Amino acid sequence: MAMDAATIERLIKESLPDAQISIEDLRGDGDHYAARVVSGAFRGKTRIQQHQLVYQALRGRMGNELHALALQTSAPAD
Amino acid sequence: MDTTLQDRIRQQIGEAPVVLFMKGTPVFPQCGFSAAVVQILSHLGVKFKGIDVLADPSVRQGIKEFSNWPTVPQLYVNGEFIGGCDIVREMFETGELQQVLEEKGVALRA
Repeated sequence: MAMDAATIERLIKESLPDAQISIEDLRGDGDHYAARVVSGAFRGKTRIQQHQLVYQALRGRMGNELHALALQTSAPAD
Repeated sequence: MDTTLQDRIRQQIGEAPVVLFMKGTPVFPQCGFSAAVVQILSHLGVKFKGIDVLADPSVRQGIKEFSNWPTVPQLYVNGEFIGGCDIVREMFETGELQQVLEEKGVALRA
């Protein structure tokens, strides 16, 4: 099972509307992605909490349809 | 998740100061992400206990619910969830992982 990058981006945007997202399909197989997500919602949160917000946005797909999404999260610089 | 499973996971997390829930074993990781974390810990000379979630489907599912984290590997130090592969890698690169381990009294190879 695979997911396209546009779907990943849309799901993240639905939960984190201000997010700036860049997604790379690492192997071109629709199954291994790397995403950088920058959102004000991450401010003051630990990395674990930041990643959990993204996983929540993906609503259970992470670890299922989506095998591998390497995440890098940060809050926007002021 | 039933309490027996939750207790078992809690007990596994407490079996050593550094515990890694992973796919495969430290010697034979079965997944690139698990292998990456093993490599980092080995590089730092950290003694850790690997728990192979592939050997136990209930733990494989249970650990995800336990930590509210959808993927394996998962690294625990003194019972605290530190992160998965991306976070551990990022922390290693910034030196933060070494700092956290030292603060928690985990010996690193000098």
